[in-house]
Amino acid sequence: MHLLEGEGVSRNFGGLVAVAGVDFYVDQGEILGLIGPNGAGKTTLFNLISAALPPSAGTISYEGSPITGLPPYKICRLGIARTFQTVKIFAHLPTVRNVMVGSLFGTGSRSSATEALRIADEELEFVELSSLRDVPAGDLTLASQKRLEVARALATQPKLLLLDEIMAGLTRNEVEEAMDLIARIRARGITVVMIEHVMHAIMGICDRIIVLDFGVKIAEGTPAEVAADKKVIEVYLGEEI
Amino acid sequence: MKAIQMTRDKSVTLGLLIVAFLILALLPQFTSGYLVTLLIDILKFAVLTVAWVVFSGPTGYMSLATAAFYGLGFYIAAVFSGTVPFPLLIMLAGASAFVVALGVGALTLRLRGVYFAIFTFALVLLVQNVVLEVERVVTQTRGRFVETVSTEGVYYAILIVFFLTILAAMLIRRSRYGLALQSIGEYEEAAAHSGINVVWTKVLTFATSAVFMGMAGAIIATRRTYIDPYIAFNLNTSFLPVLMAMFGGMGNLVGPVLGAALFTYIGEILLTRFPDLYMLIFGVVLIVSILFMPNGVLGLAQGVWRKMRGGGHAPS
Ligand SMILES: Nc1ncnc2c1ncn2[C@@H]1O[C@H](COP(=O)(O)OP(=O)(O)O)[C@@H](O)[C@H]1O
Ligand SMILES: [Mg+2]
Repeated sequence: MHLLEGEGVSRNFGGLVAVAGVDFYVDQGEILGLIGPNGAGKTTLFNLISAALPPSAGTISYEGSPITGLPPYKICRLGIARTFQTVKIFAHLPTVRNVMVGSLFGTGSRSSATEALRIADEELEFVELSSLRDVPAGDLTLASQKRLEVARALATQPKLLLLDEIMAGLTRNEVEEAMDLIARIRARGITVVMIEHVMHAIMGICDRIIVLDFGVKIAEGTPAEVAADKKVIEVYLGEEI
Repeated sequence: MKAIQMTRDKSVTLGLLIVAFLILALLPQFTSGYLVTLLIDILKFAVLTVAWVVFSGPTGYMSLATAAFYGLGFYIAAVFSGTVPFPLLIMLAGASAFVVALGVGALTLRLRGVYFAIFTFALVLLVQNVVLEVERVVTQTRGRFVETVSTEGVYYAILIVFFLTILAAMLIRRSRYGLALQSIGEYEEAAAHSGINVVWTKVLTFATSAVFMGMAGAIIATRRTYIDPYIAFNLNTSFLPVLMAMFGGMGNLVGPVLGAALFTYIGEILLTRFPDLYMLIFGVVLIVSILFMPNGVLGLAQGVWRKMRGGGHAPS
């Protein structure tokens, strides 16, 4: 049984088909990369999995049960956490409170405030933001805000983590740190799906890659297979993979 | 250390509350009727403002439905006037407001921003007109009579409800709901994806705040012998708490209470001294305060205090 599985997943916006009948699966413990040009439908697919949007057609199952139709908070409590391409933090709350929202409400079991605070501090430590725990989240740099979103998602104790372009806009050094962070997340046994444009990062850490173009899955396979795929090369014409 | 500090803060706050309650409770024994009447007015607005802040403060959803729940309390008082004891009447009004607010909340809290404000505004007009129609067609009356309660009785009732409101507001702020509400106000989508049942949290808090508005309505209704839909569902009752909260500042609960007290008192003075210029002066005071005191009177006072002590930044 796959951890997550989608069949014929589609989403239209008026006449625009953002995701067109995509079949996909994610297995326990792997890092799956989701790539494709801007507007390919990657974020929309995350929105469908996390129930930010309902699919126009298709079903999504998690641990063998359909989850289509559940509200976002239930998806989160089931163990699917996410970050956002454009960061969505609680800007006026201290950093640690941001993370505490995840540990207090997102785990699926009721925990005390003390316990939630302890977990929040642990996750801040994990993403190396402990020194900024009392700073309003809005005052953090973009790189730190992206880490904060990862910490908030991890605080919900997910089995599956969806990362939407956490490396976009980061410096070379910060990208290296983010890659290290993802490796350490996997080491905890958490399954990761990552959308990314930073090719060497994707190729370096993913076990498997799905390529979307205009909402359609055009390729799927190991990094080496995908990099050699004709359709993929066409889509990324002129870019070095 | 931190935990000890927090429990001390808590007991200090609680001690101050009890002292304030005792002073206010003993006041009618020592003072003139005018002060008690003024205090009833102040406490009424303090209840409405704090109750409004409970929901609208952290979430940023601007509710203009206050008059609907307050007016509902008026009508509950009128309908059951003379048949049930005063305390029961107040509880009945609170319960009715809760139930109605649950329904209204479930319908409207999907709306964001200005749409929510406009819908709650329209709700007041809707309820007012429905009651008018029911009176015209069904009961064939216009307005209703209410059995009055002694000034002291009203004073103690509104005083108790005031402290219940403060207590509820404090509990909500400090509980997990407080954090949930704040995160909803900061970024609703992120709150939902972090495991918060945003719809339920909003609706429940909205209904809880309505309880106190309904209770205040039932109490104040007994100050009049006659009420009608225009008196009960007056839009000023929706707008004033918003202005009072802005005037006082919403950073903590002292702000809204201070705002309600000063606003009511200043309004009273202006109305007696300059009845013709009342609205004009009031308007100017308001505009100036909103423009130059973004954090209200309390925020201004805190800023001045910090400057006097030589700098430092606002605690987050
Ligand atoms: N909420 C929305 N309403 C309308 N169109 C949308 C919405 N979200 C995404 N789209 C459109 O769907 C397409 C796919 O967008 P998106 O999933 O964000 O792409 P990607 O993340 O791969 O860059 C784009 O054409 C985008 O404009
Ligand atoms: Mg995207």
